[in-house]
Amino acid sequence: MGLLSDPSRRKVLTGLLTRLNTPICGMPVEWLVKAMQSRGLEVFTQSFSRKLPFPDENKERYMVRGTNVYGILRAPRAPRTEALVISAPCSPGDSNNQAVGLLLALAQYFRNQVYWAKDIIFLVNEHDLMGTQAWLEAYHHTNITGMEYSPLQGRAGSIQAALSLELSSDVITSLDLILEGLNGQLPNLDLANLFYAFCQKLGVLCTIQGKLQRNDWDTAEGYTHAAQTMMLMVLKQACGRSWGDHGLFLRYHIEAASVRGINSFRHYKTDAATIGRLLEGMVRKLNNLLERLHQSYFFYLLPSLSRFVSIGCYMLAFGLLVVILLLRGVTEAQQVSLPSGPGVLTVLTPVVISHLTGVALYLLPVHLQEMAVEHFPVSETEAVVLTAVAIYTAGLALPHNTQRLLSGEGTEQGWKVLKLTALLYLAVLLGCTALINFSLGFILAVTLVPITASMTPHMPKALSALVMVLLSPAFTVLYCVFIYQELIEAPVSVSEGWMLFLSVISQGILDHALYGSLVYPLLALFIYPCWLMFWNILFWS
Amino acid sequence: MDGTLFRSVNKFFIIAFCLDIKSYKSFMHRPDSFFLATKMAAPLTLLLIVAVTIRAVLFRSSLAELISARVEVVSPLNAWKRVVEGLALLDLGVSPYSGDVFHETPLMIYLFHFTVDYAEIVFIVTDGITALALYLSIQTYNKDVFRKQKYALESDRYSADCLELLRSPKEMFYIPLKVAMFYLLNPFTILSCVAKSTCGLNNAIIALFIFCTLKGSALLSGILLALATYQSIYPLTLFAPALLFFLQRLYIPVNLRRSSFWFFTLQYAFMYVGSLVVITGLSFFLLGSWDFIPSVYGFIFSVPDLTPNIGLFWYFFAEMFEHFRLFFSCVFQINVFFYTIPLSIKLKEHPVFLIFMQIAIISIFKSYPTVGDVALYMAFLPAWSHLYRFLRNIFLVSCVLLACSALFPVLWHLWIYAGSANSNFYYAITLLFNFGQILLVADYFYAYLRREHHLTHGLYLKKKDGTEATLVLK
Repeated sequence: MGLLSDPSRRKVLTGLLTRLNTPICGMPVEWLVKAMQSRGLEVFTQSFSRKLPFPDENKERYMVRGTNVYGILRAPRAPRTEALVISAPCSPGDSNNQAVGLLLALAQYFRNQVYWAKDIIFLVNEHDLMGTQAWLEAYHHTNITGMEYSPLQGRAGSIQAALSLELSSDVITSLDLILEGLNGQLPNLDLANLFYAFCQKLGVLCTIQGKLQRNDWDTAEGYTHAAQTMMLMVLKQACGRSWGDHGLFLRYHIEAASVRGINSFRHYKTDAATIGRLLEGMVRKLNNLLERLHQSYFFYLLPSLSRFVSIGCYMLAFGLLVVILLLRGVTEAQQVSLPSGPGVLTVLTPVVISHLTGVALYLLPVHLQEMAVEHFPVSETEAVVLTAVAIYTAGLALPHNTQRLLSGEGTEQGWKVLKLTALLYLAVLLGCTALINFSLGFILAVTLVPITASMTPHMPKALSALVMVLLSPAFTVLYCVFIYQELIEAPVSVSEGWMLFLSVISQGILDHALYGSLVYPLLALFIYPCWLMFWNILFWS
Repeated sequence: MDGTLFRSVNKFFIIAFCLDIKSYKSFMHRPDSFFLATKMAAPLTLLLIVAVTIRAVLFRSSLAELISARVEVVSPLNAWKRVVEGLALLDLGVSPYSGDVFHETPLMIYLFHFTVDYAEIVFIVTDGITALALYLSIQTYNKDVFRKQKYALESDRYSADCLELLRSPKEMFYIPLKVAMFYLLNPFTILSCVAKSTCGLNNAIIALFIFCTLKGSALLSGILLALATYQSIYPLTLFAPALLFFLQRLYIPVNLRRSSFWFFTLQYAFMYVGSLVVITGLSFFLLGSWDFIPSVYGFIFSVPDLTPNIGLFWYFFAEMFEHFRLFFSCVFQINVFFYTIPLSIKLKEHPVFLIFMQIAIISIFKSYPTVGDVALYMAFLPAWSHLYRFLRNIFLVSCVLLACSALFPVLWHLWIYAGSANSNFYYAITLLFNFGQILLVADYFYAYLRREHHLTHGLYLKKKDGTEATLVLK
């Protein structure tokens, strides 16, 4: 599960980190401040700190302290009511070492122009998403995630749009556009069109999901390629995390996108100057906006950069899946005759127990990690993830216990009423999920609807139990991990996939605690209890 | 010959059934009918304890602030934030109605002036009072229903084959408890209580009014109705059902040419209007000015605040031109009061069902509805559980109401926070929610009338050629 797979090494390192209380690789704050000031910007810093609920093994951090540095280029002749943000995350090591340089070069060039109507904020944030979160929360005077930060000394008005740069080498062969934000929120399609238009104008190769566009739309390979690109977007959107620093801006109604430079050893290379011209063009277009971008679609799927699937097309597919549940519900409702006193009470017990298990799955892994670490030779992250898996598996044993509690009340009427309730509950849940994060709702609908609509206690128990478990939410996440790896052309073996799956669970819990991602609470508190209710129906005696 | 034998056998069964009712009635009127009350006291106490626990837990959690800010639960008329604001202005010596923030009546300010530190307890107790008042009202109503059924059976008003439509003591035993449960454990009521919306107090006054009416005390009923009208004008429409109930109870026929009818109507109207005048005068003397009339009643009628809520007004009024504002206000407000006359004519022998219909119409069509208003009329639904077999759309209606309740916060988030939707999406859900409520009320109305029709004309109706007839509500 990462570099620190030995528990004792992990303990030593986290102890060292907590004792030192300083990051190992820091950001050159004073140098940045001087560099920005010498380019004529108003420079401010902001410090923030946060203790994660458990150590993050992917990024190897637990107690995070950092400083954001941002410089404001004031518009020379305009009222200072609106602003644009260009940000570059400053991470330790080689992963983003060119972006800050490009940012400073852009700042210097922009300073000499007179046509700016909005203030431009050049933000260099530390610890990528956490720095952006601290900066945005301080800018908008909210505190939704419990981060501690110092207030911002300088402000620039309401932010209209933001761009985030990630450049790892000075020789770029293509630019990748990243749109997916927190909870699957997407920026306005106009922003993607703007980027594509500029790439075409300057002759820069641009990609989406890391894949180049193909021109042969009619052939089978072209269609497969486009479908793979779209599938990647669906998977990325469904997992609910922000795939670039821009993702956190979307929550504040700020249209934002991330641009990542990729060096893939092609023959035709672009240099930083062309990238700079591209960014300058984009920022000038955003500067000329009279109102926030809202004319184009907010809900779309991109099979390529020049084609999109709008909500009017794809929602129909989802709607048809939910209609199956509703029709099944109507059929059940006609067979059931309410009101029957004992019937309603027999339904209430499985519902309450399923939801209590869901609450346990949501609360216990993080709260019980100290106890687990004391008794078992595991690290905190492993404890959290394995507790979650254990509670999930323990839920499978519930129906037998529930039946004992009910002391043999189960009747033909009972399971029909429970099925009706569960079908309607699942339909409403999937509907609400699809409205907020379509991809998540769709993936859950595809895996859950067929088996749940046809669930009865009279099916062959062993086979249907196996199918039910194989289509449960946890296994859906596992399949998505494998499919994602296949699609980005880095297929993994079963054991590696399992490790990746466990790290995805820990990332999900961390995203929820740090940035307010809704995927983990939705799955634990609503989808899993709903699935448990159907599991109860299967074992109804 | 066969017919008469059949009819006399039937009559025998019906009279035996009546004797059963008679024994139940005498049982109820025994000096120790307290025994019956104690049989239900334990479940009722348990229900109250559970309800209080849920509300107390939610008050202490972090959800309380979140719920107080939801527009579906609080409106500009009954938000707690505005009450606190008004109290602060009162403490400063300024009129609380200055600044267009506060829209509560003066009696409400003075109630909270003394109890603002115990606000949570006040709201929990209010919910308890409402539930108890509804419980006792429905108990009284059930006894009334039995008595009327007995008289109708003895006077042969019911047709021969409608035995299965008659109501039995066993079936009706748990109805008052279910009504109290439907009110206390309804998520809408709990949300309204946790948000400290004064809608709970309005519901309590209306519930006490229903209790006093059903008990037969005209004076108390007039006073409480005046108080309810004073709080928000719409309970004015409940004057008609209350009047019809008293006329029925005193065996005064509803005939416009009879002097006894006019005599009682004037008495009741005098009690009602007199209490209203007294309460309004008291408010004037409490605050020393007539400021509260434009701030409260002018606000309700002219709808200046267009914050989105679950009602129908806000979107229309946001879209229309100023020129037509007066016209549309009049049309929308008349819509609330208009249904009283036709419904009173149709339901003049069923005043309690008319009360239910009126409360439902007020909750749907008032200018600033909240989910607390919806919870009040939903509490009555177990009292009409015997109509289940005639309801046609109950599955659709419950699905629509549940789905809309889930979609309200989702579309609010998409509109206000994500910016991906706009007001049309939210209003669509509002329209769907109100459509579901209207369908629910219309369905129960149809079922009630159909049952009455079957009672007098027989259950298995045949057309002239012998095939089964279908009933259509015209």
